[in-house]
Amino acid sequence: MFASCADPASLHGLNWLICYLTSGSHIAFYWSFVTVLVLLAVTAPTALAFGFAGAVAARSPVWPLSLLGRTYTAMVRGIPDIVFFLFFVIALDQGIEWVVHQMRCPDWTEPVRQGLEFRVCPEAKMPSGNAAQIWHQIYGFFLAVMTFALVFGAFVSNVLTGAMAAVPRAQLETAESYGMTQGQVFRRILVPQMWIYALPGLSNLWMILIKATPLLFLLGVQDIVFWARELGGTKTSLYAFPHPDWRLWYFLFLLVFYLAMTRVSEIVLGRLTRRLSFGQATAAGEAQRKAAA
Amino acid sequence: MTCWNTIGDYAFRSLGYGERLLPRTDFTICQQFTLIGSGMIWNIYFGVLALATGFFLANALAMARAARSPVLRKPADWFIFVFRGSPLFIQFFLAYETLVMLPRAGIDVLGITVETAWLTKAWAGALIVLFLNTAAYSAEIFHGALMAIPKGDLEAADAYGFSGWKKFRRIQWPTMLRLAWPAYTNEAIFLFHATTLVFFSGFPAFQQRGDALYYAKYFADKTFNPFVPYPIVAFYFICLTLLVIWLFGLMNRRLNRHLPANVRPRIRVRPQLIR
Repeated sequence: MFASCADPASLHGLNWLICYLTSGSHIAFYWSFVTVLVLLAVTAPTALAFGFAGAVAARSPVWPLSLLGRTYTAMVRGIPDIVFFLFFVIALDQGIEWVVHQMRCPDWTEPVRQGLEFRVCPEAKMPSGNAAQIWHQIYGFFLAVMTFALVFGAFVSNVLTGAMAAVPRAQLETAESYGMTQGQVFRRILVPQMWIYALPGLSNLWMILIKATPLLFLLGVQDIVFWARELGGTKTSLYAFPHPDWRLWYFLFLLVFYLAMTRVSEIVLGRLTRRLSFGQATAAGEAQRKAAA
Repeated sequence: MTCWNTIGDYAFRSLGYGERLLPRTDFTICQQFTLIGSGMIWNIYFGVLALATGFFLANALAMARAARSPVLRKPADWFIFVFRGSPLFIQFFLAYETLVMLPRAGIDVLGITVETAWLTKAWAGALIVLFLNTAAYSAEIFHGALMAIPKGDLEAADAYGFSGWKKFRRIQWPTMLRLAWPAYTNEAIFLFHATTLVFFSGFPAFQQRGDALYYAKYFADKTFNPFVPYPIVAFYFICLTLLVIWLFGLMNRRLNRHLPANVRPRIRVRPQLIR
Protein backbone atom coordinates (compact mmCIF):
# COMPACT_ATOMS: atom_id res chain seq x y z
CA MET A 1 0.00 0.00 0.00
CA PHE A 2 2.78 2.42 0.95
CA ALA A 3 5.82 2.93 -1.30
CA SER A 4 8.15 2.11 1.60
CA CYS A 5 6.63 -1.37 1.84
CA ALA A 6 8.05 -2.49 -1.51
CA ASP A 7 10.76 -4.61 0.13
CA PRO A 8 9.35 -6.21 3.31
CA ALA A 9 12.54 -8.09 4.10
CA SER A 10 14.38 -4.84 4.90
CA LEU A 11 11.79 -3.58 7.34
CA HIS A 12 12.00 -3.70 11.13
CA GLY A 13 9.90 -2.96 14.16
CA LEU A 14 7.04 -0.54 13.78
CA ASN A 15 7.59 -0.02 10.05
CA TRP A 16 7.29 -3.75 9.53
CA LEU A 17 4.08 -3.84 11.52
CA ILE A 18 2.55 -0.93 9.59
CA CYS A 19 3.40 -2.56 6.27
CA TYR A 20 2.19 -5.94 7.54
CA LEU A 21 -1.14 -4.57 8.67
CA THR A 22 -1.74 -2.79 5.35
CA SER A 23 -0.81 -5.69 3.08
CA GLY A 24 -3.30 -6.77 0.41
CA SER A 25 -4.72 -9.70 2.35
CA HIS A 26 -5.18 -7.53 5.43
CA ILE A 27 -7.19 -5.05 3.40
CA ALA A 28 -9.39 -8.02 2.41
CA PHE A 29 -9.62 -8.89 6.12
CA TYR A 30 -10.84 -5.38 6.93
CA TRP A 31 -13.35 -5.56 4.08
CA SER A 32 -14.72 -8.77 5.53
CA PHE A 33 -15.83 -6.76 8.58
CA VAL A 34 -17.86 -4.71 6.12
CA THR A 35 -19.28 -8.01 4.81
CA VAL A 36 -20.46 -8.86 8.32
CA LEU A 37 -21.98 -5.41 8.82
CA VAL A 38 -23.69 -5.61 5.41
CA LEU A 39 -25.05 -9.02 6.35
CA LEU A 40 -26.48 -7.56 9.57
CA ALA A 41 -27.88 -4.53 7.73
CA VAL A 42 -29.55 -6.66 5.05
CA THR A 43 -30.66 -9.57 7.21
CA ALA A 44 -32.28 -7.59 10.01
CA PRO A 45 -34.96 -5.90 7.83
CA THR A 46 -35.46 -9.04 5.71
CA ALA A 47 -35.95 -11.19 8.80
CA LEU A 48 -38.30 -8.55 10.20
CA ALA A 49 -40.33 -8.68 6.99
CA PHE A 50 -40.45 -12.49 7.04
CA GLY A 51 -41.36 -12.48 10.71
CA PHE A 52 -44.06 -9.87 10.18
CA ALA A 53 -45.54 -11.89 7.31
CA GLY A 54 -45.42 -15.01 9.49
CA ALA A 55 -47.12 -13.29 12.42
CA VAL A 56 -49.84 -11.80 10.22
CA ALA A 57 -50.38 -15.18 8.55
CA ALA A 58 -50.63 -16.90 11.95
CA ARG A 59 -53.40 -14.43 12.95
CA SER A 60 -55.27 -14.86 9.69
CA PRO A 61 -58.82 -16.23 9.85
CA VAL A 62 -58.09 -18.32 6.72
CA TRP A 63 -57.13 -21.71 8.11
CA PRO A 64 -54.43 -22.85 5.62
CA LEU A 65 -52.72 -19.46 5.88
CA SER A 66 -52.78 -19.51 9.67
CA LEU A 67 -51.45 -23.07 9.68
CA LEU A 68 -48.61 -21.99 7.42
CA GLY A 69 -47.78 -19.08 9.72
CA ARG A 70 -47.86 -21.24 12.84
CA THR A 71 -45.78 -24.00 11.27
CA TYR A 72 -43.16 -21.46 10.27
CA THR A 73 -43.04 -20.12 13.82
CA ALA A 74 -42.85 -23.55 15.42
CA MET A 75 -40.27 -24.82 12.95
CA VAL A 76 -37.14 -23.56 14.67
CA ARG A 77 -38.01 -24.74 18.17
CA GLY A 78 -36.28 -27.86 19.35
CA ILE A 79 -33.82 -28.10 16.48
CA PRO A 80 -30.33 -26.60 16.64
CA ASP A 81 -30.16 -23.53 14.43
CA ILE A 82 -26.86 -24.61 12.91
CA VAL A 83 -28.70 -27.58 11.37
CA PHE A 84 -30.91 -25.07 9.60
CA PHE A 85 -27.90 -23.10 8.50
CA LEU A 86 -26.27 -26.12 6.95
CA PHE A 87 -29.55 -27.40 5.53
CA PHE A 88 -31.02 -24.27 3.99
CA VAL A 89 -27.94 -23.29 2.03
CA ILE A 90 -27.93 -26.51 0.02
CA ALA A 91 -31.71 -26.81 -0.03
CA LEU A 92 -32.16 -23.24 -1.31
CA ASP A 93 -29.41 -23.66 -3.88
CA GLN A 94 -30.89 -26.89 -5.20
CA GLY A 95 -34.44 -25.52 -5.02
CA ILE A 96 -33.57 -22.43 -7.07
CA GLU A 97 -31.69 -24.49 -9.64
CA TRP A 98 -34.56 -26.97 -9.87
CA VAL A 99 -37.12 -24.22 -10.50
CA VAL A 100 -34.91 -22.59 -13.15
CA HIS A 101 -34.36 -26.03 -14.65
CA GLN A 102 -38.12 -26.61 -14.93
CA MET A 103 -38.58 -23.25 -16.63
CA ARG A 104 -35.65 -23.22 -19.04
CA CYS A 105 -35.34 -26.88 -20.01
CA PRO A 106 -38.86 -28.31 -20.16
CA ASP A 107 -37.79 -31.08 -22.57
CA TRP A 108 -34.90 -32.36 -20.41
CA THR A 109 -35.60 -36.04 -19.88
CA GLU A 110 -32.88 -37.27 -17.53
CA PRO A 111 -33.77 -37.32 -13.83
CA VAL A 112 -32.34 -34.46 -11.76
CA ARG A 113 -31.12 -36.75 -8.99
CA GLN A 114 -28.85 -39.39 -10.48
CA GLY A 115 -27.60 -41.53 -7.64
CA LEU A 116 -25.22 -39.29 -5.74
CA GLU A 117 -25.41 -36.35 -8.12
CA PHE A 118 -27.72 -33.41 -8.45
CA ARG A 119 -27.67 -32.56 -12.13
CA VAL A 120 -29.65 -29.82 -13.86
CA CYS A 121 -29.24 -28.65 -17.45
CA PRO A 122 -26.32 -26.25 -18.03
CA GLU A 123 -28.63 -23.29 -18.63
CA ALA A 124 -30.09 -23.72 -15.15
CA LYS A 125 -26.77 -23.54 -13.29
CA MET A 126 -26.80 -20.69 -10.78
CA PRO A 127 -24.85 -18.55 -11.38
CA SER A 128 -23.99 -19.64 -14.90
CA GLY A 129 -20.74 -21.52 -15.26
CA ASN A 130 -18.90 -18.80 -17.18
CA ALA A 131 -19.92 -15.93 -14.88
CA ALA A 132 -17.20 -13.89 -13.23
CA GLN A 133 -15.87 -14.93 -9.82
CA ILE A 134 -17.55 -11.96 -8.18
CA TRP A 135 -21.00 -13.26 -9.18
CA HIS A 136 -20.32 -16.58 -7.51
CA GLN A 137 -19.39 -14.71 -4.34
CA ILE A 138 -22.47 -12.49 -4.52
CA TYR A 139 -24.71 -15.50 -5.10
CA GLY A 140 -23.16 -17.29 -2.10
CA PHE A 141 -23.68 -14.21 0.02
CA PHE A 142 -27.28 -13.96 -1.19
CA LEU A 143 -27.92 -17.57 -0.17
CA ALA A 144 -26.39 -16.88 3.24
CA VAL A 145 -28.59 -13.82 3.73
CA MET A 146 -31.70 -15.78 2.75
CA THR A 147 -30.77 -18.56 5.18
CA PHE A 148 -30.22 -16.13 8.03
CA ALA A 149 -33.44 -14.29 7.19
CA LEU A 150 -35.49 -17.51 7.04
CA VAL A 151 -34.22 -18.78 10.39
CA PHE A 152 -34.37 -15.45 12.19
CA GLY A 153 -37.69 -14.60 10.55
CA ALA A 154 -39.23 -17.55 12.40
CA PHE A 155 -37.98 -16.16 15.70
CA VAL A 156 -39.14 -12.64 14.85
CA SER A 157 -42.52 -14.05 13.91
CA ASN A 158 -42.74 -15.66 17.33
CA VAL A 159 -41.94 -12.38 19.07
CA LEU A 160 -44.36 -10.34 16.95
CA THR A 161 -47.21 -12.81 17.49
CA GLY A 162 -46.76 -12.32 21.21
CA ALA A 163 -46.52 -8.53 20.84
CA MET A 164 -49.72 -8.35 18.80
CA ALA A 165 -51.51 -10.34 21.48
CA ALA A 166 -50.14 -7.99 24.15
CA VAL A 167 -51.72 -4.79 22.79
CA PRO A 168 -54.58 -4.03 25.19
CA ARG A 169 -57.86 -5.32 23.82
CA ALA A 170 -59.61 -2.10 24.87
CA GLN A 171 -57.51 -0.11 22.40
CA LEU A 172 -58.73 -2.23 19.50
CA GLU A 173 -62.32 -2.18 20.70
CA THR A 174 -62.24 1.60 20.98
CA ALA A 175 -61.01 1.82 17.40
CA GLU A 176 -63.80 -0.50 16.27
CA SER A 177 -66.38 1.61 18.07
CA TYR A 178 -65.14 4.60 16.09
CA GLY A 179 -66.16 2.68 12.98
CA MET A 180 -62.74 1.62 11.73
CA THR A 181 -62.58 -1.44 9.51
CA GLN A 182 -60.45 -4.46 10.44
CA GLY A 183 -57.70 -3.25 8.13
CA GLN A 184 -57.72 0.23 9.61
CA VAL A 185 -57.59 -1.13 13.16
CA PHE A 186 -54.63 -3.26 12.17
CA ARG A 187 -52.74 -0.44 10.41
CA ARG A 188 -53.52 2.49 12.68
CA ILE A 189 -53.81 0.93 16.13
CA LEU A 190 -52.33 -2.54 16.38
CA VAL A 191 -49.10 -2.13 14.40
CA PRO A 192 -48.05 1.24 15.87
CA GLN A 193 -48.66 0.01 19.42
CA MET A 194 -47.16 -3.45 19.23
CA TRP A 195 -43.53 -2.32 18.87
CA ILE A 196 -43.03 -1.45 22.52
CA TYR A 197 -44.14 -4.96 23.47
CA ALA A 198 -41.99 -6.51 20.76
CA LEU A 199 -38.86 -4.51 21.56
CA PRO A 200 -37.44 -6.63 24.42
CA GLY A 201 -37.77 -9.75 22.29
CA LEU A 202 -36.46 -8.05 19.16
CA SER A 203 -33.44 -6.56 20.92
CA ASN A 204 -32.63 -9.99 22.29
CA LEU A 205 -32.83 -11.38 18.74
CA TRP A 206 -30.59 -8.60 17.45
CA MET A 207 -27.93 -9.58 20.01
CA ILE A 208 -28.28 -13.19 18.97
CA LEU A 209 -28.06 -12.22 15.30
CA ILE A 210 -24.78 -10.40 15.96
CA LYS A 211 -23.43 -13.45 17.70
CA ALA A 212 -24.61 -15.71 14.85
CA THR A 213 -22.58 -13.89 12.19
CA PRO A 214 -19.44 -16.05 12.60
CA LEU A 215 -21.51 -18.88 11.15
CA LEU A 216 -21.10 -17.17 7.77
CA PHE A 217 -17.80 -19.01 7.79
CA LEU A 218 -19.65 -22.33 7.75
CA LEU A 219 -21.73 -21.16 4.81
CA GLY A 220 -18.61 -20.73 2.71
CA VAL A 221 -18.47 -16.93 2.72
CA GLN A 222 -15.01 -15.42 3.18
CA ASP A 223 -15.85 -13.67 6.41
CA ILE A 224 -13.78 -12.50 9.38
CA VAL A 225 -13.32 -15.99 10.81
CA PHE A 226 -12.01 -17.24 7.46
CA TRP A 227 -9.48 -14.40 7.23
CA ALA A 228 -8.47 -14.66 10.88
CA ARG A 229 -7.57 -18.32 10.35
CA GLU A 230 -5.95 -17.57 7.03
CA LEU A 231 -3.82 -14.62 8.14
CA GLY A 232 -3.03 -15.87 11.63
CA GLY A 233 -1.57 -19.21 10.52
CA THR A 234 2.19 -19.69 10.54
CA LYS A 235 3.87 -17.98 7.58
CA THR A 236 7.24 -19.36 6.54
CA SER A 237 9.97 -17.25 4.99
CA LEU A 238 8.45 -17.97 1.57
CA TYR A 239 5.91 -15.27 2.39
CA ALA A 240 6.60 -11.56 2.32
CA PHE A 241 5.83 -11.20 6.02
CA PRO A 242 6.92 -14.36 7.82
CA HIS A 243 5.61 -14.78 11.36
CA PRO A 244 4.79 -17.62 13.79
CA ASP A 245 1.27 -18.80 14.60
CA TRP A 246 -0.64 -15.63 15.49
CA ARG A 247 -4.17 -16.98 15.23
CA LEU A 248 -4.67 -16.43 18.95
CA TRP A 249 -4.19 -12.67 18.51
CA TYR A 250 -6.49 -12.52 15.51
CA PHE A 251 -9.25 -14.33 17.35
CA LEU A 252 -8.70 -12.12 20.38
CA PHE A 253 -9.27 -9.17 18.06
CA LEU A 254 -12.51 -10.74 16.80
CA LEU A 255 -13.62 -11.29 20.40
CA VAL A 256 -13.05 -7.61 21.18
CA PHE A 257 -14.91 -6.65 17.99
CA TYR A 258 -17.94 -8.68 19.02
CA LEU A 259 -17.87 -7.44 22.61
CA ALA A 260 -17.81 -3.87 21.32
CA MET A 261 -20.70 -4.61 18.95
CA THR A 262 -22.88 -6.05 21.72
CA ARG A 263 -22.00 -3.24 24.12
CA VAL A 264 -22.89 -0.53 21.59
CA SER A 265 -26.11 -2.36 20.71
CA GLU A 266 -27.08 -2.55 24.38
CA ILE A 267 -26.69 1.20 24.76
CA VAL A 268 -28.57 2.04 21.53
CA LEU A 269 -31.41 -0.38 22.29
CA GLY A 270 -31.73 1.07 25.79
CA ARG A 271 -32.24 4.53 24.26
CA LEU A 272 -34.71 3.15 21.73
CA THR A 273 -36.75 1.50 24.50
CA ARG A 274 -36.99 4.82 26.30
CA ARG A 275 -38.09 6.57 23.09
CA LEU A 276 -40.70 3.97 22.14
CA SER A 277 -42.14 3.96 25.68
CA PHE A 278 -43.14 7.61 25.20
CA GLY A 279 -46.89 7.99 25.43
CA GLN A 280 -47.56 4.25 25.73
CA ALA A 281 -49.95 2.65 28.18
CA THR A 282 -47.15 0.82 29.98
CA ALA A 283 -45.39 1.32 33.31
CA ALA A 284 -42.37 2.89 31.59
CA GLY A 285 -44.58 5.21 29.56
CA GLU A 286 -46.47 6.21 32.71
CA ALA A 287 -43.22 6.93 34.55
CA GLN A 288 -42.10 9.22 31.71
CA ARG A 289 -45.41 11.07 31.80
CA LYS A 290 -45.12 11.63 35.55
CA ALA A 291 -41.53 12.79 35.30
CA ALA A 292 -42.46 15.35 32.66
CA ALA A 293 -45.50 16.66 34.53
CA MET B 1 -26.12 -56.56 4.86
CA THR B 2 -28.99 -56.04 7.23
CA CYS B 3 -29.66 -53.07 9.38
CA TRP B 4 -28.63 -54.98 12.51
CA ASN B 5 -25.19 -55.51 11.05
CA THR B 6 -24.92 -51.78 10.38
CA ILE B 7 -25.96 -50.97 13.90
CA GLY B 8 -23.38 -53.43 15.20
CA ASP B 9 -20.70 -51.82 13.06
CA TYR B 10 -21.46 -48.18 13.62
CA ALA B 11 -23.43 -47.73 16.85
CA PHE B 12 -20.29 -46.77 18.77
CA ARG B 13 -18.28 -45.44 15.84
CA SER B 14 -18.12 -41.98 17.42
CA LEU B 15 -16.23 -43.48 20.36
CA GLY B 16 -13.85 -45.38 18.09
CA TYR B 17 -15.36 -48.86 18.34
CA GLY B 18 -16.61 -50.99 15.46
CA GLU B 19 -15.94 -50.49 11.78
CA ARG B 20 -13.03 -48.12 11.10
CA LEU B 21 -14.04 -46.86 7.66
CA LEU B 22 -17.12 -44.72 7.28
CA PRO B 23 -19.50 -45.78 4.48
CA ARG B 24 -18.36 -44.38 1.13
CA THR B 25 -20.94 -45.54 -1.41
CA ASP B 26 -24.48 -46.90 -1.37
CA PHE B 27 -25.61 -44.93 1.61
CA THR B 28 -28.68 -46.39 3.31
CA ILE B 29 -31.12 -44.71 5.63
CA CYS B 30 -30.09 -47.22 8.27
CA GLN B 31 -26.45 -46.17 8.07
CA GLN B 32 -27.38 -42.53 8.37
CA PHE B 33 -29.63 -43.12 11.37
CA THR B 34 -27.03 -45.27 13.12
CA LEU B 35 -24.01 -43.04 12.57
CA ILE B 36 -25.82 -39.80 13.39
CA GLY B 37 -27.26 -41.47 16.48
CA SER B 38 -23.77 -42.60 17.40
CA GLY B 39 -22.66 -38.98 17.14
CA MET B 40 -25.41 -37.97 19.57
CA ILE B 41 -23.33 -39.65 22.31
CA TRP B 42 -20.94 -36.71 22.12
CA ASN B 43 -23.73 -34.12 22.16
CA ILE B 44 -25.15 -35.72 25.28
CA TYR B 45 -21.71 -36.05 26.87
CA PHE B 46 -20.89 -32.36 26.35
CA GLY B 47 -24.33 -31.15 27.36
CA VAL B 48 -24.69 -33.23 30.53
CA LEU B 49 -21.20 -32.62 31.89
CA ALA B 50 -21.18 -28.90 31.07
CA LEU B 51 -24.57 -28.44 32.74
CA ALA B 52 -23.66 -30.49 35.79
CA THR B 53 -20.41 -28.62 36.42
CA GLY B 54 -21.59 -25.25 35.15
CA PHE B 55 -24.44 -25.24 37.67
CA PHE B 56 -22.05 -24.83 40.59
CA LEU B 57 -19.96 -22.11 39.01
CA ALA B 58 -23.17 -20.33 37.97
CA ASN B 59 -24.36 -20.29 41.58
CA ALA B 60 -21.04 -18.92 42.76
CA LEU B 61 -21.05 -16.27 40.03
CA ALA B 62 -24.63 -15.22 40.79
CA MET B 63 -23.68 -14.80 44.47
CA ALA B 64 -20.58 -12.84 43.53
CA ARG B 65 -22.64 -10.58 41.27
CA ALA B 66 -25.06 -9.90 44.08
CA ALA B 67 -22.20 -9.19 46.51
CA ARG B 68 -21.74 -5.69 47.90
CA SER B 69 -17.95 -5.78 47.66
CA PRO B 70 -16.67 -4.71 44.23
CA VAL B 71 -13.73 -7.11 44.59
CA LEU B 72 -16.21 -9.96 44.16
CA ARG B 73 -18.74 -8.20 41.98
CA LYS B 74 -16.55 -6.73 39.24
CA PRO B 75 -14.78 -9.94 38.15
CA ALA B 76 -18.12 -11.76 38.02
CA ASP B 77 -19.64 -8.92 35.97
CA TRP B 78 -16.77 -9.05 33.51
CA PHE B 79 -16.79 -12.81 33.25
CA ILE B 80 -20.48 -12.82 32.43
CA PHE B 81 -20.16 -9.93 29.97
CA VAL B 82 -17.31 -11.57 28.06
CA PHE B 83 -18.99 -14.96 27.76
CA ARG B 84 -22.47 -13.61 27.02
CA GLY B 85 -21.31 -10.81 24.76
CA SER B 86 -19.25 -12.84 22.31
CA PRO B 87 -20.18 -15.71 20.00
CA LEU B 88 -19.58 -19.20 21.32
CA PHE B 89 -18.07 -19.99 17.94
CA ILE B 90 -15.30 -17.42 18.51
CA GLN B 91 -14.83 -18.67 22.07
CA PHE B 92 -14.20 -22.16 20.76
CA PHE B 93 -11.62 -20.91 18.26
CA LEU B 94 -9.92 -18.75 20.84
CA ALA B 95 -9.79 -21.55 23.39
CA TYR B 96 -8.37 -23.98 20.85
CA GLU B 97 -5.66 -21.58 19.74
CA THR B 98 -4.78 -20.84 23.37
CA LEU B 99 -4.62 -24.49 24.34
CA VAL B 100 -2.48 -25.33 21.32
CA MET B 101 0.06 -22.72 22.47
CA LEU B 102 0.71 -24.64 25.70
CA PRO B 103 4.06 -26.45 25.60
CA ARG B 104 3.73 -29.91 24.06
CA ALA B 105 5.98 -31.61 26.57
CA GLY B 106 3.92 -30.47 29.53
CA ILE B 107 4.52 -27.89 32.24
CA ASP B 108 6.87 -28.43 35.18
CA VAL B 109 5.14 -27.69 38.45
CA LEU B 110 7.44 -28.30 41.44
CA GLY B 111 9.26 -31.05 39.63
CA ILE B 112 6.11 -32.84 38.46
CA THR B 113 5.40 -32.67 34.74
CA VAL B 114 1.77 -31.83 34.05
CA GLU B 115 0.55 -33.18 30.73
CA THR B 116 -1.18 -30.60 28.53
CA ALA B 117 -1.75 -32.45 25.24
CA TRP B 118 -5.17 -33.74 26.30
CA LEU B 119 -6.45 -30.18 26.64
CA THR B 120 -6.38 -29.66 22.87
CA LYS B 121 -8.68 -32.65 22.35
CA ALA B 122 -12.34 -31.84 21.91
CA TRP B 123 -13.51 -33.95 24.86
CA ALA B 124 -11.61 -31.74 27.30
CA GLY B 125 -11.05 -28.40 25.58
CA ALA B 126 -14.55 -27.95 24.19
CA LEU B 127 -16.03 -29.15 27.46
CA ILE B 128 -14.15 -26.41 29.35
CA VAL B 129 -15.48 -23.75 26.97
CA LEU B 130 -19.04 -25.05 27.23
CA PHE B 131 -18.70 -25.23 31.02
CA LEU B 132 -17.60 -21.59 31.27
CA ASN B 133 -20.17 -20.47 28.72
CA THR B 134 -23.16 -22.13 30.35
CA ALA B 135 -21.96 -20.93 33.74
CA ALA B 136 -22.07 -17.32 32.49
CA TYR B 137 -25.53 -17.63 30.94
CA SER B 138 -26.96 -19.50 33.95
CA ALA B 139 -25.37 -17.04 36.37
CA GLU B 140 -27.26 -14.23 34.66
CA ILE B 141 -30.50 -16.19 35.04
CA PHE B 142 -29.78 -17.03 38.69
CA HIS B 143 -28.80 -13.45 39.46
CA GLY B 144 -32.06 -12.21 37.96
CA ALA B 145 -33.98 -14.70 40.08
CA LEU B 146 -32.02 -13.73 43.19
CA MET B 147 -33.06 -10.12 42.64
CA ALA B 148 -36.67 -11.20 42.08
CA ILE B 149 -37.14 -12.96 45.43
CA PRO B 150 -40.25 -11.44 47.01
CA LYS B 151 -39.45 -8.95 49.76
CA GLY B 152 -42.03 -10.57 52.00
CA ASP B 153 -40.16 -13.90 51.97
CA LEU B 154 -36.98 -12.23 53.20
CA GLU B 155 -38.83 -10.26 55.87
CA ALA B 156 -40.54 -13.43 57.03
CA ALA B 157 -37.14 -15.11 57.28
CA ASP B 158 -35.88 -12.21 59.39
CA ALA B 159 -38.97 -12.42 61.57
CA TYR B 160 -38.25 -16.09 62.28
CA GLY B 161 -34.74 -15.17 63.33
CA PHE B 162 -33.02 -16.70 60.31
CA SER B 163 -29.84 -14.99 59.32
CA GLY B 164 -26.68 -15.45 57.29
CA TRP B 165 -26.06 -18.94 56.00
CA LYS B 166 -29.27 -20.39 57.39
CA LYS B 167 -31.42 -17.75 55.72
CA PHE B 168 -29.59 -18.30 52.47
CA ARG B 169 -29.84 -22.07 52.54
CA ARG B 170 -33.43 -22.31 53.70
CA ILE B 171 -35.06 -19.32 51.99
CA GLN B 172 -33.00 -17.50 49.39
CA TRP B 173 -31.40 -20.35 47.49
CA PRO B 174 -34.51 -22.55 47.09
CA THR B 175 -36.59 -19.53 46.07
CA MET B 176 -33.93 -18.44 43.60
CA LEU B 177 -33.87 -21.90 42.02
CA ARG B 178 -37.65 -22.03 41.92
CA LEU B 179 -37.91 -18.68 40.15
CA ALA B 180 -35.03 -19.37 37.79
CA TRP B 181 -36.01 -22.91 36.85
CA PRO B 182 -38.15 -22.28 33.72
CA ALA B 183 -35.46 -20.01 32.25
CA TYR B 184 -32.77 -22.48 33.29
CA THR B 185 -34.59 -25.22 31.41
CA ASN B 186 -34.36 -23.16 28.25
CA GLU B 187 -30.68 -22.59 28.92
CA ALA B 188 -30.21 -26.37 29.19
CA ILE B 189 -32.02 -26.97 25.89
CA PHE B 190 -29.93 -24.42 24.06
CA LEU B 191 -26.75 -25.68 25.59
CA PHE B 192 -27.49 -29.05 24.02
CA HIS B 193 -28.07 -27.29 20.74
CA ALA B 194 -24.81 -25.40 21.13
CA THR B 195 -22.85 -28.65 21.46
CA THR B 196 -23.27 -29.12 17.70
CA LEU B 197 -20.80 -26.29 17.15
CA VAL B 198 -17.87 -28.13 18.73
CA PHE B 199 -16.54 -29.95 15.69
CA PHE B 200 -17.10 -26.98 13.38
CA SER B 201 -14.81 -24.70 15.32
CA GLY B 202 -11.16 -25.55 15.45
CA PHE B 203 -11.38 -28.72 17.49
CA PRO B 204 -10.55 -31.55 15.09
CA ALA B 205 -12.58 -34.76 15.02
CA PHE B 206 -9.87 -37.32 15.80
CA GLN B 207 -10.18 -40.38 13.48
CA GLN B 208 -13.57 -39.09 12.30
CA ARG B 209 -15.05 -39.48 15.75
CA GLY B 210 -17.51 -36.61 15.68
CA ASP B 211 -20.90 -35.56 16.93
CA ALA B 212 -24.30 -35.91 15.25
CA LEU B 213 -23.92 -32.86 13.04
CA TYR B 214 -20.42 -33.89 11.99
CA TYR B 215 -21.74 -37.17 10.56
CA ALA B 216 -24.80 -35.46 9.07
CA LYS B 217 -22.53 -33.05 7.23
CA TYR B 218 -20.40 -35.98 6.10
CA PHE B 219 -23.46 -37.60 4.52
CA ALA B 220 -24.76 -34.33 3.05
CA ASP B 221 -21.36 -33.63 1.47
CA LYS B 222 -21.07 -37.13 0.06
CA THR B 223 -24.60 -37.50 -1.30
CA PHE B 224 -25.32 -33.83 -2.19
CA ASN B 225 -28.68 -34.48 -0.61
CA PRO B 226 -29.43 -32.45 2.51
CA PHE B 227 -33.00 -33.71 2.73
CA VAL B 228 -32.13 -36.94 4.56
CA PRO B 229 -29.29 -36.41 7.08
CA TYR B 230 -30.34 -33.01 8.48
CA PRO B 231 -33.93 -34.04 9.20
CA ILE B 232 -32.45 -37.06 11.02
CA VAL B 233 -30.37 -34.72 13.23
CA ALA B 234 -33.50 -32.64 13.75
CA PHE B 235 -35.42 -35.74 14.77
CA TYR B 236 -32.78 -36.75 17.33
CA PHE B 237 -32.63 -33.25 18.76
CA ILE B 238 -36.39 -32.94 19.08
CA CYS B 239 -36.36 -36.21 21.06
CA LEU B 240 -33.51 -34.91 23.22
CA THR B 241 -35.32 -31.61 23.79
CA LEU B 242 -38.48 -33.42 24.88
CA LEU B 243 -36.42 -35.54 27.26
CA VAL B 244 -34.76 -32.46 28.76
CA ILE B 245 -38.13 -30.73 29.17
CA TRP B 246 -39.51 -33.81 30.89
CA LEU B 247 -36.57 -34.18 33.30
CA PHE B 248 -36.47 -30.50 34.17
CA GLY B 249 -40.25 -30.56 34.51
CA LEU B 250 -39.92 -33.19 37.26
CA MET B 251 -37.50 -30.92 39.10
CA ASN B 252 -39.78 -27.95 38.51
CA ARG B 253 -42.65 -29.84 40.09
CA ARG B 254 -40.52 -30.64 43.12
CA LEU B 255 -39.35 -27.03 43.53
CA ASN B 256 -42.93 -25.77 43.38
CA ARG B 257 -44.56 -28.52 45.43
CA HIS B 258 -45.54 -26.15 48.26
CA LEU B 259 -47.55 -23.87 45.96
CA PRO B 260 -51.23 -24.29 45.07
CA ALA B 261 -51.57 -25.96 41.67
CA ASN B 262 -52.99 -22.95 39.84
CA VAL B 263 -50.08 -20.59 40.56
CA ARG B 264 -47.24 -22.99 39.76
CA PRO B 265 -45.08 -21.66 36.92
CA ARG B 266 -45.09 -23.84 33.82
CA ILE B 267 -42.03 -24.49 31.73
CA ARG B 268 -42.38 -23.01 28.27
CA VAL B 269 -39.80 -23.37 25.58
CA ARG B 270 -38.80 -19.92 24.45
CA PRO B 271 -36.70 -19.78 21.35
CA GLN B 272 -33.24 -18.39 21.68
CA LEU B 273 -30.69 -18.88 19.03
CA ILE B 274 -26.99 -19.20 18.91
CA ARG B 275 -24.97 -17.93 21.78
